Amino acid sequence: MAKIYVNGDVQEVNLPLNVSELIKQQDVQQPEMVSVQVNEEFAEREDWESIQLKEDDKVDFLYFMGGGSELRIKS
Amino acid sequence: MRMIIPQNIIKELIEQARKEAPNESCGYLLGTDDEVIENYWMENIDHSPEHFSFAPKDQFAALKYARSKNLKILANWHSHPASPSRPSQEDLRLANDPTIRYAILSLLDGEPKLNSFKILNGEVVGKEIHL
Repeated sequence: MAKIYVNGDVQEVNLPLNVSELIKQQDVQQPEMVSVQVNEEFAEREDWESIQLKEDDKVDFLYFMGGGSELRIKS
Repeated sequence: MRMIIPQNIIKELIEQARKEAPNESCGYLLGTDDEVIENYWMENIDHSPEHFSFAPKDQFAALKYARSKNLKILANWHSHPASPSRPSQEDLRLANDPTIRYAILSLLDGEPKLNSFKILNGEVVGKEIHL
């Protein structure tokens, strides 16, 4: 087991573990809608499977934020 | 638990939204537990009266700022300059974060209305009226 920080909360995880696997474990419904940073560095989506996490890594993921008013829907 | 937005914060949101109208204005509501302590301005990178988006780099900057103040992101908010305080179909489609609330400030007819919503799987499962 290893200790990592996910969105600021400490979690015990089994290694090896890559970013893609971690995002799945977090029960993210739409992984294509999140941006990820590992130790405050952006992790590009195409690199998620190749980034292996290690003890004390800090992983943050945030959902895309956006929307539109009803004016757009009617147009 | 109900999210509390103090009057001075609501006033700040209205001022920001009016200043940026006719474009949609937006930000994060930061706080502790369920009380909003601070409005964190976010740039609407769409600069549009009909749409808003956050830049991921700005989102992570907001997260970093919140942590530095021991605050949490309680909600995202955006304005509807000319439509009601309810989520549009696009708002629902893009409300992917189950951990926060989505607040919408309407400036319709010069009478600001502020509601916040809990949205899961594209459906509103909770609504709170703040103004």
